Amino acid sequence: MKLKHILMAACAAMISTSVQAEDLKVGMITTLSGGGAGLGIDVRDGFMLAIEQSGRNDIEVVIEDDQRKPDVAVQLADKMIQSEKVDVLTGIIWSNLAMAVVPAAVAQDKFYLSPNAGPSPLAGKACHKNYFNVAWQNDNLHEAAGAHANAAGHKKSFILAPNYPAGKDALTGFKRFYSGDLAGEVYTKLGQTDYASEIAQIRASGADSVFFFLPGGMGISFLKQFADSGVDVPVVGPAFSFDQGILQAVGEAALGVKNTSQWSKDIDNPTNAAFVESFKAKYGRLPSLYASQGFDTAKLLISAMDKAKVTDQDAFRAALKEADFASTRGDFSFGSNHHPIQDIYVREVIKEGDVYTNRIVSVGLENHADAYASQCNL
Amino acid sequence: MHMHPNVIYKKETPILLMKSRVGKFKGKSMSAILFIEQMLNGLQFGVMLFLMAAGLTLVFGVMGLINLAHGSLYMIGAFAAAAVAAATNSFLFALAASLAVAAIAGVLIEATIIRRLYKRDHLDQVLATFALILIFSEGTRWIFGSFPLFLDRPDYLAGTVALPFGIEYSLYRLTLIGVGLAIAVGLYLVIMKTRIGIRIRAGENDREMIGALGVDISMLYTLVFALGAALAGLAGALIGAIQSVQVGMGEPVLILAFVVIVIGGIGSIKGALIGAILVGLTDTLGRFLLPQFFSLFLENSTATSVGASLASMSIYILMAAVLLIRPKGLFGGA
Repeated sequence: MKLKHILMAACAAMISTSVQAEDLKVGMITTLSGGGAGLGIDVRDGFMLAIEQSGRNDIEVVIEDDQRKPDVAVQLADKMIQSEKVDVLTGIIWSNLAMAVVPAAVAQDKFYLSPNAGPSPLAGKACHKNYFNVAWQNDNLHEAAGAHANAAGHKKSFILAPNYPAGKDALTGFKRFYSGDLAGEVYTKLGQTDYASEIAQIRASGADSVFFFLPGGMGISFLKQFADSGVDVPVVGPAFSFDQGILQAVGEAALGVKNTSQWSKDIDNPTNAAFVESFKAKYGRLPSLYASQGFDTAKLLISAMDKAKVTDQDAFRAALKEADFASTRGDFSFGSNHHPIQDIYVREVIKEGDVYTNRIVSVGLENHADAYASQCNL
Repeated sequence: MHMHPNVIYKKETPILLMKSRVGKFKGKSMSAILFIEQMLNGLQFGVMLFLMAAGLTLVFGVMGLINLAHGSLYMIGAFAAAAVAAATNSFLFALAASLAVAAIAGVLIEATIIRRLYKRDHLDQVLATFALILIFSEGTRWIFGSFPLFLDRPDYLAGTVALPFGIEYSLYRLTLIGVGLAIAVGLYLVIMKTRIGIRIRAGENDREMIGALGVDISMLYTLVFALGAALAGLAGALIGAIQSVQVGMGEPVLILAFVVIVIGGIGSIKGALIGAILVGLTDTLGRFLLPQFFSLFLENSTATSVGASLASMSIYILMAAVLLIRPKGLFGGA
C-alpha cells in the first residue's frame, strides 16, 4: 500500500517536471567537502539566493561536489555535459580545477561563468568567447595591494606566498604595482601551517611592512602567529585571508589589517544592501566576497536570459557580454577578454559588536582591468 | 594586535641589523641570533610532532596496526578544545577536554572497529582507518559547520620573552617546547618504570606470550590506543591555538608523523622523540637556509622558488638517507 503511494507520487512528480519544461540548465561544480568547503558553500548559497529572488522557474541548477580534486571536477563536467545536458557551467573555486575543466567545456559549446577562479591563461592566450569571469583575474587583488603599499608609504616590504601557480601570480601581481624595495621574498609550502621560520626572517630583515597571500587556513595560522611574534609592522593582503568565513577564526589578530577586495559588505548601493540583508536573513550569517560573486554570477545569467534564449548562442553571448545587471559591486563591465573591469577597494578589519568584519577605507585601483587582455584575441 | 603604520620593528641588538639585500647569504649577514631562533622553531615543531608520533608508534609497535585515523584524533582534540574554550573561556579546561574527548573517541573506535582489524593484514587496516578519516571529517563538519573555529592561546602566554643573547622568542612556543619535553620524559618513565609499561613492552615483543601469562590483552590494547589518542588530541589543541582549527587539519601532520616513526624506528618511543626533533629541525632549517643558499648563484625569485621546492622535499630525503644506512630506522629493533 505504502509502496503504491510512493510510486504514484513519483509518477506525479515526473509528469509535473516534464510538463513544466526547463528552459535553461546550469551545472554547478564546486567544493562542498574537505578543507576548502567554506568557499564553495558561500558561492552556492549566493548563487541560489539570486535564483530564488528572481522568482523564475525556468532555471534548473544541478549542484555537485568536486572535493577540490581536478580529476573529480573533470568527471563531473563530463557527466553534466553528456548526460545532464546542461547549457551553462559554473561554480569552480580553484584555478587548477578551472584549468582542467573550462577549456574542454567551452570547446563543447557550453558557456562557463566563473564565480571565483581567474587563472591568467584564461584571461590571455587561452581566452574563449564562451568563458566569462564574474569575479576577478587572479592577479587583480594583489595588484591593488601593491598600489596600496605605495600609497601607504611602504618602502621595504617582505612578501610571501605559497609555492604554487596562484602564489607566483600573487607575488608577480603585487610587484607589478609596488614601487618600493623588497626586504625579502619567500615561497612557503602549500598547506603549510607553521610560519615561525618565515616570521623570524621577517623580524631579521628589517622590513617596514608585510604582504602575504595565504588563502584559507594558511592565512589564519600566519596571522595568529604573526600577531604573537612581537613584530610590529603593518600587514597587507588580498581579501582571501580576511573573508567573513575565516575572520572569526583569526579573531583579534586580524584587527586593523588592510586587505584588498572587489567587494565589501559596506559598498553603498541598493543591490548590495538588499543582498547583505537577505543573505543574512536566509542563511543566518554574513555573506563573504565569495557569496557576492556567486550572487552576481546568477544575476548575470538571469540578465542574459531576459534578452536571449540560450539555444541562440550568439545572442546569448552578446547578452552576457553586456553585463546588464545590478551588481553588488556597483559599476561592473566586461573587458574585451570577458574579465571584469571594476574598482578594487582597500578594506580594514574591524569589530562590529561580537563579529569581526571589514569596512572600506579607500579605493585601491579604479576601473581596474587585468594585465593579460592584450594577449586575448576576442 | 595594533598595527601602527610606519612603525618599524625596533631592533634590540646590533647583530640583528643585518644589511641584507633580500637575504643574501653572505657569511656575516647570517645572523647567529636568527639561526638560534630557527633552531628553537625547529625544536618546537619537533616536540609537537612527537606527541603525534608517540601514539602512532605505540599502536603500531604493540598492536601491529597502521592507524590512518590518528590525524582525525588530532582534529577531534582541537575541535573539542575550541568548543570548550568558547564555552568556558578557560584554556586549561580546553586542554583537559581535548585529552578526554580524544581518549573517549579512541576507546570507542578501538572497541567497535579497530579491534576487528588486529588480525587482518595491513591493507585492510589502511582501508578501514581511511574510511574512519572520511567519517570523522564529514561528521565534524556536520556538527561544527564548514568554517574554521576560533581557538587562541591564553593571554598569560601571549607575547614574547627575552632569552639570553638578546633573542626574543614567543612565550607560547617556548611553553610548547617545555610541555612536549615534559610529556616525553613522563612517557619514558611510564614505559620503563611502571607495571603497565612493562606490559606494553612485553606486548611489543610477544603478544601471544603475555596473553598466556594472564594479562588481559584486549584491555591493554584499549588502554594503549586511548593513550595514543589522548596525546594526539592534546597536540591538536596545543597547535590549534596558533594555527587553524579546521576539518582536515590532521592529515598533513599524520604524514609527517609517519615519516617520524619510520626514521625513529617503528615501536620505539625514544626513536619517535629523536626522529621528531630531526624532522622538525630539518624542515625548519631547510625552509630557512635552502632559498638563501640558492640565491648565491641564482636570480632571487628563482632561488626562493627552487629553494622552497627543495625544502619541502628535505624531510623525505632525510628519511631516505636514514633508511639507506639503517633500514629499520634509528632505533628499530633487530
